[in-house]
Amino acid sequence: MREFAKQWNKNKYPYMFIAPAVLLLVVFSIIPIIIALVISFTNMDLIGLADYSNIRGVGLDNYINIFKDPVFLKSLFNTFIYVIVGVPLVVICAMAVALLLNYGTSWLFKTFRVIYYMPSITNIVAVAVVWGYLYNGSYGLFNYMLSWFGIPAQQWLQDPTLAKFSLILLALWKAIGLNMIIFLAALQGIPRSYYEAAEIDGATGWKKLRYITIPLLSFATFFVTITTLIGWIQFFEEPFVMTKGGPLNATMSLALFIYNNGFKLSNFGYAASGSFVLFVIIILATIVQFAVRKKEVEY
Amino acid sequence: MAVKKIEKGVMIALLILGGILMMVPFIWMLGSSFKPENEFTAIPPTIIPHHPTWNNYSRLFTEMDFLVYLKNTLIIVICSFVGLLLNALAGYAFAKFEFPGKNGFFYLILATMMIPGQVTMIPTYLIINKMGLVNTMAGIVLPGLVGAFGIFLFRQFMATIPTDLMEAARLDGAGEFRIFFRLILPIVKPVFAVQAILTFIGAWNSFLWPLIIANDEKLYTLSVGLSLLKGQYGTEFGLQMAGAAFMVIPIIIIFTFFQKHIIEGYTISGMK
Repeated sequence: MREFAKQWNKNKYPYMFIAPAVLLLVVFSIIPIIIALVISFTNMDLIGLADYSNIRGVGLDNYINIFKDPVFLKSLFNTFIYVIVGVPLVVICAMAVALLLNYGTSWLFKTFRVIYYMPSITNIVAVAVVWGYLYNGSYGLFNYMLSWFGIPAQQWLQDPTLAKFSLILLALWKAIGLNMIIFLAALQGIPRSYYEAAEIDGATGWKKLRYITIPLLSFATFFVTITTLIGWIQFFEEPFVMTKGGPLNATMSLALFIYNNGFKLSNFGYAASGSFVLFVIIILATIVQFAVRKKEVEY
Repeated sequence: MAVKKIEKGVMIALLILGGILMMVPFIWMLGSSFKPENEFTAIPPTIIPHHPTWNNYSRLFTEMDFLVYLKNTLIIVICSFVGLLLNALAGYAFAKFEFPGKNGFFYLILATMMIPGQVTMIPTYLIINKMGLVNTMAGIVLPGLVGAFGIFLFRQFMATIPTDLMEAARLDGAGEFRIFFRLILPIVKPVFAVQAILTFIGAWNSFLWPLIIANDEKLYTLSVGLSLLKGQYGTEFGLQMAGAAFMVIPIIIIFTFFQKHIIEGYTISGMK
């Protein structure tokens, strides 16, 4: 006992320092994972929330039913489209902007660095309100700009196919800034001597980009690809505030499907099983990414 | 040399063109927020209003409760700063103390970074509900108060502080809390400032969780209020644009002031 008291006295401060953070994270991040797993095997809904004795175990039913749910399958397909279109677009645009911004050091380049970053920090609801008006079929700026080139007005958010791409465009606009900063930090870490050596060997601008810059950016590219991929798999806010998943569920994402089932329909058990499907997809995607990268290094 | 000049010219032209495209939504928002009602249906649309008016902005406060939303948002911002301090304390303990279970706790914290928000959303709501905190400010603030990423960044930065410094302060009889507040915090000011700005931006923009937890309009944040406005006044673009501008402009001003630190902050945090 004396030994324990001595130990405690010695370590009391670090425990006191980490206690609030650890406690909050355990209550609001670790325990929820366990609860989510448990209720995903039950029929928990509003009635169950009011009185726990109404909750019944349903085994794997939620998981079986969800793969028969046409809205879920649709949201799975949409999320797939978001990922395969969105991820390359974000990576390529962010890298291109970073390369442009890294070209000079004058005030002009510094100012534009701020301008490109700005959309990243703005509020999603405010952005949705503004873009909703830009996309407006009758009074919106985009249709007016199209009319300069003689292109007829588009139903940006009402057309099932186009609506998906309208949301991707908005998310791309918002995502460039943060990722461009990561590329920029990596670009500034490349030693000048590499380029000087290449110049002596007669390498031109394009060759330097192809054989020095892009290979040396591979870690940043990997980092951006992984975070962007995870982000797009969880695509939520844009469809939530812009289209509510419509028209005809054409913009419904997995995350929005989970939200709707949880908080609109109060099917907590069903939604929790959906969230675990999402979790597994994220883990698989991340493992594949790491596997591909490992192969790359070996070559 | 001439080729180099042309190349640079092309680069700058591309940069400016892209920059203008990025700015279009902001310009459109700002211009439209000053338009009187009858100018919204004008074809072709006007970028700069012909008859600018403050009316849209004043309606936010007379017809909508934007003052209440602003107050709630500011409360969340202040609470998030308390959370920031808790992150710093935890980061400090992980960086500068040896204690049993240190690594275990640290990995536990890191693990929470990998859990998607959608998985914890519903159980966290159930926990908040069980605690009786639905529809309270505490329920809005508590789940997001501390974050693994913040703790991690503080730890990385604080690990570089020489331990001798703390030993010297201890010999002078300073208490542990005094050392943290009077010695450590001033040293980590740069990284603290970056995190403070990012925390401010995050709290100011908080949307989904307040929307889930707050049923009462008295607890709405600016984002929630704005989404309400989008639903109820869907055709009143002036009011919507003014609301959006009211949310976005303070952030842009703060960001322009501190952008150098934020952008450098990413470089410090070892993103290279």
